[in-house]
Amino acid sequence: MSIVNPPKDHHHAHHFDSAEQEYQTSKVGIWLFMVTEILMFGGLFVGFALFKNIYPEVFETGALFLDWHLGAANTIVLLTSSLTMALGIYYIQTGKREAAFWNLIATIACGAIFMVIKYFEYTHKFHMGLFPGGLFSFDPTSVAQLPAGLPEVLPANLALYFSFYFCMTGLHGIHVVSGMILIGWVAWRHKRGDFNPKYFTAVEGVGIFWHVVDLIWIYLFPLLYLV
Amino acid sequence: MSDSGHHITPFKTYIIVYGVLLCFTVLTVVVAPSVTGVERNLMNTLLAMGIATVKASLVILWFMHQKYENNFNRIVFGAGFFFLIVLVFFSALDIFSRYNMINEFGK
Repeated sequence: MSIVNPPKDHHHAHHFDSAEQEYQTSKVGIWLFMVTEILMFGGLFVGFALFKNIYPEVFETGALFLDWHLGAANTIVLLTSSLTMALGIYYIQTGKREAAFWNLIATIACGAIFMVIKYFEYTHKFHMGLFPGGLFSFDPTSVAQLPAGLPEVLPANLALYFSFYFCMTGLHGIHVVSGMILIGWVAWRHKRGDFNPKYFTAVEGVGIFWHVVDLIWIYLFPLLYLV
Repeated sequence: MSDSGHHITPFKTYIIVYGVLLCFTVLTVVVAPSVTGVERNLMNTLLAMGIATVKASLVILWFMHQKYENNFNRIVFGAGFFFLIVLVFFSALDIFSRYNMINEFGK
């Protein structure tokens, strides 16, 4: 049974000379948007690097509260989602319409798995009072299971670590949810028959956005969980 | 690229890139201080960032199809990283030329 409708012809908008010009113009727009994304996250990364240098003990102690197993699991989930996203475009290009649709759905499912794991990580920290900035209310005496290797005397500004942690992973999480909605939109359009091997600009653009989300996690995972 | 169509990366290439990405994920985990318990220092931070950069390059080149992009779009995307380096460089220059002041302040 085929659930994806047959493709419709795409006519480029009247202000473009050709479909190719339309495609290339859209691509420049997407890459420019990705530059703003890199620089937005870049500001947080630079802040993280500088403060880690100034207060290494804060970042070492903070990282003890993170479980690298969950971070590694999420890395594999996001890499898999990048593969299914790329394959979604590949199958549109090669005219395998059903396979393309299910790869896009698999990408959304991976995004959902990522967010569920993130939810468990966040609630675990909230229960311990590990909040960002002024909301930080961690009290070692009231926590049943402290992470191994936690020093007797905690650094005074430990909250700084969790400000970075929640800002960076939170902003990233917002991007994952946005990406899932956007992939849902292109999957729906694909099902309607909007895309064909010669016209798939929206899927390509959303794909590039999704890969940037993966790209940022590739750096977040070792920085927060491993080093 | 002509009107006749866009480059199609072979299926096998995607699978190989994915496999290599998973291998580098395992590598970055097995050498990490949080996992092995080795002392945290600048070296293992640089190593982890190096591995992340290799992974990021694979994603950019093959998954984001930057390998088959035209030079204009390469420059556009590259500009993002260039200005990130500018940001890192001048921020670090500023902060670390005041490092002693920060240390004094913290005491």
